[in-house]
Amino acid sequence: MSLPFLLEIGTEEIPDWMIPGALENLRLLFEKLAIPHESITMDATPRRLVLRADGLPARQADSEERVMGPAKSAPAQAVAGFARKQGVAPEALTIETTSKGEYYSFTRKVAGRQIKDILAEALPGLILQIYFPKTMYWTVKGGPRFIRPIRWIVALLGEEIVPFEIAGVQSGALTSGHRRLGAREIAITPAGYEQRLRDHYVILSAEQRREKIRREMAGVAVKADPALLETLVYITEYPTAITGSFDPQFLALPEEVLVTVMRHHQKYFSVEDGHGGLAARFVAVMNIPSDPEGFVQRGNERVLRARFNDARFFWETDQKKSLAGRIPDLAHVTFQAKLGSYLEKTERMKALGKELGGDDHAIRAAGLAKCDLTTELVKEFTELQGVVGGLYARVQGEPEAVWQAIYDQYKPESMEDRIPRNRTGQIVSLADKLDTLRGCFRVGMIPSGSRDPFALRRASQGVVKILVEGKIELPLLDFLEGDQALIDFFADRVKFYFKDHRGFAYDEVNACMAAGWSNLVDLEARLVRVQNLRKTPDFEPLAASFKRIRNILEQAKFTGVADVDESLLEAGPEKALYEEYQRIGDQPLEDVISKLRPKIDLFFDKVLVNAPDAAVRKNRLDLLQSLSRKFSMIADFSEIVTHS
Amino acid sequence: MPSFQEIIFKLKEYWAERGCVIQEPYDVEVGAGTMCPETFLRVLGPSPYSVAYVQPSRRPADGRYGDNPNRLFKHSQLQVILKPAPEDVIEQYLGSLEAIGIDLRHHDIKFEEDNWEAPTLGAWGIGWQVMLDGLEVTQFTYFQQCGGIDLDLVPAEITYGLERLTAFLQVKDSVYDIDWTKDFTYGYVRYRDELQYSVYNFEMADIPTLWKLFELHEGEAARLLSLYDPKSAHKKRFPLLPAYDHVLKCSNLFNTLDSRGAISVTERVGMIQRVRKIAVGVAQAWADQQSDAVSEVAQ
Repeated sequence: MSLPFLLEIGTEEIPDWMIPGALENLRLLFEKLAIPHESITMDATPRRLVLRADGLPARQADSEERVMGPAKSAPAQAVAGFARKQGVAPEALTIETTSKGEYYSFTRKVAGRQIKDILAEALPGLILQIYFPKTMYWTVKGGPRFIRPIRWIVALLGEEIVPFEIAGVQSGALTSGHRRLGAREIAITPAGYEQRLRDHYVILSAEQRREKIRREMAGVAVKADPALLETLVYITEYPTAITGSFDPQFLALPEEVLVTVMRHHQKYFSVEDGHGGLAARFVAVMNIPSDPEGFVQRGNERVLRARFNDARFFWETDQKKSLAGRIPDLAHVTFQAKLGSYLEKTERMKALGKELGGDDHAIRAAGLAKCDLTTELVKEFTELQGVVGGLYARVQGEPEAVWQAIYDQYKPESMEDRIPRNRTGQIVSLADKLDTLRGCFRVGMIPSGSRDPFALRRASQGVVKILVEGKIELPLLDFLEGDQALIDFFADRVKFYFKDHRGFAYDEVNACMAAGWSNLVDLEARLVRVQNLRKTPDFEPLAASFKRIRNILEQAKFTGVADVDESLLEAGPEKALYEEYQRIGDQPLEDVISKLRPKIDLFFDKVLVNAPDAAVRKNRLDLLQSLSRKFSMIADFSEIVTHS
Repeated sequence: MPSFQEIIFKLKEYWAERGCVIQEPYDVEVGAGTMCPETFLRVLGPSPYSVAYVQPSRRPADGRYGDNPNRLFKHSQLQVILKPAPEDVIEQYLGSLEAIGIDLRHHDIKFEEDNWEAPTLGAWGIGWQVMLDGLEVTQFTYFQQCGGIDLDLVPAEITYGLERLTAFLQVKDSVYDIDWTKDFTYGYVRYRDELQYSVYNFEMADIPTLWKLFELHEGEAARLLSLYDPKSAHKKRFPLLPAYDHVLKCSNLFNTLDSRGAISVTERVGMIQRVRKIAVGVAQAWADQQSDAVSEVAQ
């Protein structure tokens, strides 16, 4: 018999961004139960996590368990005792021949358990095991924890309830509809479940909710915003898109401000006007099917008007005081308790900007960069820090290089984000991030595990990205104040950048970094060379040879730096290798690899490095040392993992 | 169209019908209804409690001289505490919106994640901001900790922003235009407070005096706390509630000093810790004082 299984965990509203992860986690936990099934479907709305599986058996298959008893030679008493323990007569035992001799054994039939029983036993623990970033308790202290209170549970195997209880909630066959448009208790079966929910204004499938929103927005030129769409999909059970408008006068405010208000504060899509600007319209997604009286549209329009009015008020108030005039106010804004105010940070950023080779524009931008933290607009819309400073600097007549640098100072905010658009901005961003990193490490605020309250990983990743992608040939290590923890931290970030973001092989990254990584532009160039070299047939054997050379030098504890003594060279492979080495001169490895490789191979094939004569031995080590140093500026090739 | 005060009457009646004690506003200045002893102290311990009250809440830094249509130095919260939170607490909350005339079949209601945290009170909770047609009208929180103590029973805290809710219902763009009664507007009743307190908080408050007051209140709270003896047979009569009043005074003075721009970088963090210390101290002593198990041990 093949049964459908339905599990619906009914909760109060789960934060939208946690839902997809929780669903995936629930699926994995269910699969770990190893109950045979054909397919699994996962669905969720803010108020329910749903797992549906098909083709479950009603019972586990029967199995046999063999129990070994005493040896055949054991006294009859022992045999009888064993049989009694198994609940059978001694005649029912069989004799089995094992490597240790003959033994009594009994094969017990184990009846398969009811799947319903297995589920009833496993589900409470399984449900409470679903991972959420932050959980709560809602009954009493020490009670079960979940993301939000669990209010109902549907657990059906076929038409039968899988009985269990969590936090006083008994599983059953009753689901719950939309909070205001559906019934509070709806009897269901697995077959009719999705349609019953639909009748009660719950669209179970995220894909269908997504499509519904898309379809309803199709006629409007909304700014594409996949992240916002996902939020709206998981914050509604019956989404419906509606369009509203606002007074075009507000379009005089910077687009950045308008979009932030609409997107972050109101969860609206903004609409394009077809000429690269914004239209005075927006799309909101509500959690009901229609707005016949226009209540929802007008309500949202009013909220947006108030928000825009606030923004305009702040924009105008802030203009009364220039950015430069706000510098002294930074003394009252804490950067970090142990690291002082933003005024102090600003001074450090200016000095560091200069050391980083910044021009007058860069110093000016560094000096003004943090001033927007004292503006009303940034206090209200913190996510616009930097951007607002840039916009004010532009209005106040700062040169393009300066206002753009202020605008871009927090870039890149992720690995995918662009770096600041001009060199001035790149220097300011570097100065800001390096100052934060140095300061935090100095006072011991070092990220550990997932704890990184100052987002230092992101800051250091930003430094790496700016240096490489901005082609800034600065010696990074010179700016890390010899702080070993910080140097190690950066080494990890550099590796991560080239390996995970740029796709270089880990051994290539290790090899090239072993030859130095202070100048990241140079490191990138060497990585590209090694990556290309690797495609040539001579590369891996050569790398293997370099590994051999390193081993030999290490075993010999050889640290010599002497020139090779030609008179001690033996004619044949040794001499030939030396001559090849001399011919290299200043030629790059790419040009000589094919000639060098056979000579090295032959050398190792025919010549005994560990010669009995100490002088000859030393000379051979000198030769290998010279060879290894010749290309050690590119990479430590012995780090390359070879397959030969 | 219900007036401001009718909305208050209806909400109080609604929650009274559901078993709440209807309290009057607390008579010491606070920044939020949460800070009143009716919430901050009552959520501690194993005894159930249900209460609702309007609390004028002072936020000196939010004052705008009565110029800004949406921002107030002193706004009114309707604070509801249901301890423990009933299973249908959200249904009850939605019912309260319908009780004041909002037909939720024709309005869009959403629960957006918004966890509440008050570091100065050692308190936090899990919850949402409730959005009504895009307007935040309520903060809904399941308290988890208060005064650094895990709560025995989890209370639901429902905090309505009364001015916003009224502006929504009366379709007014400015809080000053809402009808307090049919004859008097909100601006008519409250504009002078907004103007004068903004002037005081931003321009005229005497900084040395405020500092002195802060230290006096802090000292009195600390003195009382140092005298509290958990082993005393008479601890139930110990004046922790008056001690807490001094904590509230400190909190408000800190906010006023802050809006006056009088708190420097280095002082700020320290100040928050000072308030937290006496707030948490009172909460912990209170939890001890209310716990019968402990007093039995003491006898």
